[in-house]
Amino acid sequence: MTPPPFAMTAGRVRLDGREVLAGIDLVVAPGDVVALTGPNGSGKSTLVRALLGLLPLSGGRTEIYGRVPSRFRDWGRIGYVPQRLPMGGGVPATVREVVASGRTARQSRWRPASSADRAAVDRALAAVGLTDRARDSAHLLSGGQQQRVLIARALAGEPDVIVMDEPNAGVDADNQEALARTLGMLTGEGRTVVLVLHELGPLEPLITRTVRLENGRIAAETRLRAATTALATGGARASEQLAEGSAA
Amino acid sequence: MTDVLSYDFMRIALAMAVLIGLTAPAIGTFIVQRKLSLLGDGIGHIALTGIGLGLLTGTSPILGALVVTVLGALAIELLRARSRSGGDVALALLFYGGLAGGALLTQAQSGGSSLQSYLFGSISSVTADDLYVVAGLAVAVLAIVAVFGRDLFLLCQDEELARAAGLRVRFLSVLIAVTAAVTVVIAMRAVGLLLVGALMIIPVAAAQQLARGFRATMLGAMVIGVLSAVSGLLGSFQYDLQPGPSIVLFALAVFLVAVVAGAALRRRRAVATRPVPGGTAGNGPGTAAGSASHETAAHETVLGAAARAHVEPEAEVLGG
Repeated sequence: MTPPPFAMTAGRVRLDGREVLAGIDLVVAPGDVVALTGPNGSGKSTLVRALLGLLPLSGGRTEIYGRVPSRFRDWGRIGYVPQRLPMGGGVPATVREVVASGRTARQSRWRPASSADRAAVDRALAAVGLTDRARDSAHLLSGGQQQRVLIARALAGEPDVIVMDEPNAGVDADNQEALARTLGMLTGEGRTVVLVLHELGPLEPLITRTVRLENGRIAAETRLRAATTALATGGARASEQLAEGSAA
Repeated sequence: MTDVLSYDFMRIALAMAVLIGLTAPAIGTFIVQRKLSLLGDGIGHIALTGIGLGLLTGTSPILGALVVTVLGALAIELLRARSRSGGDVALALLFYGGLAGGALLTQAQSGGSSLQSYLFGSISSVTADDLYVVAGLAVAVLAIVAVFGRDLFLLCQDEELARAAGLRVRFLSVLIAVTAAVTVVIAMRAVGLLLVGALMIIPVAAAQQLARGFRATMLGAMVIGVLSAVSGLLGSFQYDLQPGPSIVLFALAVFLVAVVAGAALRRRRAVATRPVPGGTAGNGPGTAAGSASHETAAHETVLGAAARAHVEPEAEVLGG
């Protein structure tokens, strides 16, 4: 029995003296598509960052594939999609450069990018429909397109688990549909997804489980459908099957 | 030109100028992206204490500066990581302490006559031994950029993304600061400690006006860096000026040209990608590019294109 992608027991996080997470028990199983919902300030983004080990716990324990984050080494299995494309000091970066940086965890420092690396970047760009923008400056794209760049960045690392922080915030309807298609493809391949969402929207048919947070605690959990472990069924078909199979 | 090369010290100085022009913008690109543009300046202040110590103890000023700047860089990184406000005040204290300490120490040793040459650069006093040390350090800096470039790119984009990719963020942050310190030591003899940061920042600021990508910005900045260092040095020789200010003013002139050219370039690109009702894209000089990228524009929603048009003037203000 391999350990699950994420397992948190009694997780607590304090920020500026305030308890933002007040005892969270959460296990994300392989193939699960978990939506973390809840009002602003309920601790959704904090929970995601604590699961990844980006924030230290003030109590409890969290594990990534059975290891505490500081001892976890296989970061290539995790793809993290933050809310916004970081701007930094304004040195431009092309869409391709940003996407290729998603391979860093899988690359040797001592070798140049291999053909496998380049092929993975090409596939990731194609998956989000940005192949023809690869040479443009990423920070000059629209918000929705920047979001797609960040998703492609995570996909380029060919992760088993994708973690997204509010992928639909400030994104127009067309880009939300595009995200749903990309996500459908990923879940069809049996990948695990954790999403912070304000509303389920067009992603609803893909989600297997919702976890609602309130005041740093889990207020409600709903299992919508069984986690998929099916491999390599076409994206759209897989999501249709999921939608049909959901009696809950 | 040939009579310039007939002087030994000018041959050494020109070789040094090329090394400075390559290394300072290479590490500078990461420093600008990390929003630490004044880091080089601060390390330059601290280096003066090292020079003073080197002179006072009779050892090489370059080695003294190297030891003290590397220690100073470690201290800066520690303060930056520890305090949320970036250790702003603590950093300032460190910089002023370094400058004041160095001024006193050099005065105690030489009556202050050599202070000026370290503050603003002095090419004629550079020896072949200095050049060998500088060449060795330059190779080290470029090797670090080549080997750790991908990691540093991710770190400078976003520290959290870097951590989620399993990178050792603290080690890499120290690596950037220490590499910047070494670069300061490389550049200090020719450019001077008060202006050393300029060669890390100005060529990058100029290149990012024109480039679309990170690698292109870095390579462009290195070309501009070499051009500025060599031209500034030749100009200072020709007109008997100090090399540091000549190099920096030349780099600033390149920056101004790049700003104007960059604005024109962005306007052209904006015209080329804006979808025009009726299906004819672009006009005037942008027509050729316009028809090529019209397909791209057609793939997008009008909303997306409008958002991009909004972003563009904002990017100009940011200097990106």
